[in-house]
Amino acid sequence: MSNKLLEINNLRTSFRIGDKYYAAVDDVSLTVNKNEVLGIVGESGSGKSALAFSIMGLHTKARVEGNIFYKDQDIANIAPAKLNKLRGDDIAMIFQDPLTALNPLMKIGDQIAETLILHKPEMSQKQRKDRVIELINLVRIPRAEYVYEQFPHELSGGMRQRIVIAIAIANQPDLLIADEPTTALDVTIQAQVLDLIRELKDDLNSGVILITHDLGVVAEMADRVAVMYAGQIVEIADVHTLFENPLHPYTRSLLNSVPAEGQDKLHVIQGVVPSLQKLPRNGCRFAARIPWVDESAHEENPELHEVEPGHFVRCTCYSHFYFPDESKEAQVHGNS
Amino acid sequence: MAILEVEDLKVYFPIKAGILNRTVDHVKAVDGVSFSIEQGKTYGLVGESGSGKTTTGRAVIGLESIYSGKVSFNGTDITNFGRENSALRKDVQMIFQDPYSSLNPRKRVLDIISEPLRNFEKLSKTEEKKRVQELLEIVGLSPESILKYPHEFSGGQRQRIGIARAIALKPKLIIADEPVSALDVSVQAQVLNFMQDIQKELNLTYLFISHDLGIVKHMCDDIAIMYKGRYVEQGTITDIFNNPQHIYTKRLVSAIPDINPRNREKQYRIRQEVQREYANSFNDYFDSEGLAYGLQPVSDTHLVALPERG
Amino acid sequence: MWKFIVRRILITIPQIILLSVLIFLLAQAMPGDALSGLVDPNVSLEQKNALREKLGLNDPWYQKYGEWASGLVQGDLGQSFRFKMPVADLLEQRLINTFWLSLATLIITYIIAIPLGILSGRYNDSILDSSITGYTYLGFATPLFIFALVMLWVFGYQLQWFPTSGSVTPGLEPGTLEYVLSKARHLLLPAISMALIQTVSTVQYLRSEIVDTKQREFIITARAKGASESRVYNRHILRNSLLPIAAFFGYEITFLIGGTVFVEMIFGFPGMGQLFIESINLRDYSVVNAVVLIFGIAAILGALLSDIILSLVDPRIRIK
Repeated sequence: MSNKLLEINNLRTSFRIGDKYYAAVDDVSLTVNKNEVLGIVGESGSGKSALAFSIMGLHTKARVEGNIFYKDQDIANIAPAKLNKLRGDDIAMIFQDPLTALNPLMKIGDQIAETLILHKPEMSQKQRKDRVIELINLVRIPRAEYVYEQFPHELSGGMRQRIVIAIAIANQPDLLIADEPTTALDVTIQAQVLDLIRELKDDLNSGVILITHDLGVVAEMADRVAVMYAGQIVEIADVHTLFENPLHPYTRSLLNSVPAEGQDKLHVIQGVVPSLQKLPRNGCRFAARIPWVDESAHEENPELHEVEPGHFVRCTCYSHFYFPDESKEAQVHGNS
Repeated sequence: MAILEVEDLKVYFPIKAGILNRTVDHVKAVDGVSFSIEQGKTYGLVGESGSGKTTTGRAVIGLESIYSGKVSFNGTDITNFGRENSALRKDVQMIFQDPYSSLNPRKRVLDIISEPLRNFEKLSKTEEKKRVQELLEIVGLSPESILKYPHEFSGGQRQRIGIARAIALKPKLIIADEPVSALDVSVQAQVLNFMQDIQKELNLTYLFISHDLGIVKHMCDDIAIMYKGRYVEQGTITDIFNNPQHIYTKRLVSAIPDINPRNREKQYRIRQEVQREYANSFNDYFDSEGLAYGLQPVSDTHLVALPERG
Repeated sequence: MWKFIVRRILITIPQIILLSVLIFLLAQAMPGDALSGLVDPNVSLEQKNALREKLGLNDPWYQKYGEWASGLVQGDLGQSFRFKMPVADLLEQRLINTFWLSLATLIITYIIAIPLGILSGRYNDSILDSSITGYTYLGFATPLFIFALVMLWVFGYQLQWFPTSGSVTPGLEPGTLEYVLSKARHLLLPAISMALIQTVSTVQYLRSEIVDTKQREFIITARAKGASESRVYNRHILRNSLLPIAAFFGYEITFLIGGTVFVEMIFGFPGMGQLFIESINLRDYSVVNAVVLIFGIAAILGALLSDIILSLVDPRIRIK
């Protein structure tokens, strides 16, 4: 059997603004393998969360086109009842904000138990309760029996996020989608939650899609990384390649804008991420942010190029890119 | 001489309970904090949620009432002057965390930035407009934006409007409470660079409050780590990052994700080790209530909260 | 939680005392007294004054209030000047009538509000939703007294489906089935009229609660668990949206009071509302005072009930 767990082909997710549809995820293709963490990095407006919601089928008002093959089923074009069988069982999601992701009026235990009721109806009440207690212990919350009877507002943010994780892993999913799972948390809690996700992945041999804006988190967690800008993947590579030999101007700019050892001045990307309606649909979407690079450097219809095995970069501008404070000759490098 | 001196600052919030809603106890949000900042320096206050770092900043500027302790600005005691003291209001300004909610959505940029000017300086309409345009230019926004409303700007631009408002009166000290944590990485860079630039230009002093150690390391000269209202460690950047003494600091430093994926395994091992040490030696570093001890000097610049020896 | 309830109940005591003082002072401030309308115009001023003195009408207000309040506690609401009987006796039957009318109205209100609110909220922005909200706007715009008159004219006089006045057909033996049915028939038209108008605020409230809850993030969590749409609605959206409606229940009582005054007058229904208007016309202050006091206490208790319900059903309040 193949190692491939998820294969997305030409996914386009569009939102309606006024009477027109605008693609927030624009022609995205990627794969996730078993026992692999795929990091998806991007800033707000890059379409990374819209991508996650598309995989889970959670968009209620968007138009989703393309194929999302989970194992052999196209879950982008599937009956709701069949999708509900997969969601929460084979595919699960960890949400960003632990403060709002739980029902405020439902006991913690009941919220975890619900996903068991839905997918393992054969369990007895006792078995179910035992399993919930086991899950609460698994995400390292002390006094599980007591927490079972509590309500979300009685727990701290870090504890709630662990409950959200307990819900996601209750049925040992093969594919786990984590959408900014630690953004709302303190650093020490973040480290614990990330370690927890990694250990679970190792135990269950699952595939993980980790969506984040934090390059540090990606460096810590991911096996492969996809960088998204304005709805598209602009670069995808294994984690070492991406951090040691980043090629796309956006990836390089992003890496230079985080404080690092011996860095005096942070790099600032010019301009702003265009809104969905104003996004240029033709040509290199990053061109406007690097106006000093000659126009001829860009492709007319930028595509992903495989510059080395497994390393894809969109548009040809990467081979002509240099930072404005560096000399042009020194920085032109690449694989041409 | 230090521009800001804080001595044994305590901020307590009452806990009300019972049928008559009487104060039964206090939450010690800030429990005996002392520090001083030299003119032109950036002092970082680091801690996790609930550590009291924000409350400390708010108490210094007079937004929280002080239970006990002393705050001096330029040698003058300003402890209970509150916000009414006009000299303090002029010289000490604050930048808030959330650029989306700290600007009044119904006011134009002109009104937002000129508000402090109107309070302190009698300027004619044209002078005022000119000043606001100058300020906008300093923060890198086009002077034409004076008639726009906050929602017409991106998060980073809004934060810069907040900064323009803060520097309008040429303050000496700026308290920056998580100024970039609501912003995207690339926008963060923009705001941080800008804060450094105006610091040099205007000889500003910053009290920089943040939970992000990476940013603090980039911005600050000295830092203090807070935990449950008390200091656990204070020192220069080198002291804290290269030679952390307190277990809590070690835990915090080891939790920062490393940007180099090759260090992943090493980081994970260090984290596990520190976690073990934290669990085993918790009682050596914290008193019976789980709070930090008083600070003991380990070098001229480096103070650590440890039980007194002997 | 019980601490919260006890504290909440303790707060109502000064509320009620303050209310009684206010009512008493307001009544005192009105021009004229019980004698002005009752005594033969030929009686001389001196005689009237002597009579006032004798009846205690010239005492200082706090003394009168003291007497009145201590009477209240013993169930003595004073004498009605008009009916020449204790106010308490006069009120008893009226109170029972109004209680049943209010209860019937409340039940009909919820029977209409809950399904309409749910449909409107679940299928928001559909044609169904627009027609339901259209009805609620109409309900808000229509004054109750006009609507009640129209109902009375159409169903009472034209179609003659319902009796047009009274609370029971005279001559029936209390306790018999016929008596109960007759009571119910008399109740129904005023109750429906009031409920049709009263319900629109609850419909709108429920609708907006559902629309709001639908967009909350925990609903996405529920979907991500693999819950079907019907489960998402029944387990998460409805439960959470009905909660504020349950808490609203106590406040409905306050609105009902205003409604009964109109409706009882229009339908000639012998309840508190009707008595209230009649007593005002006749300056029968002891009755007016008693009625307003009862209405006021009902409103205070309604608010108390709302808070207690909320503290029982919402775990976030329970803790305090």
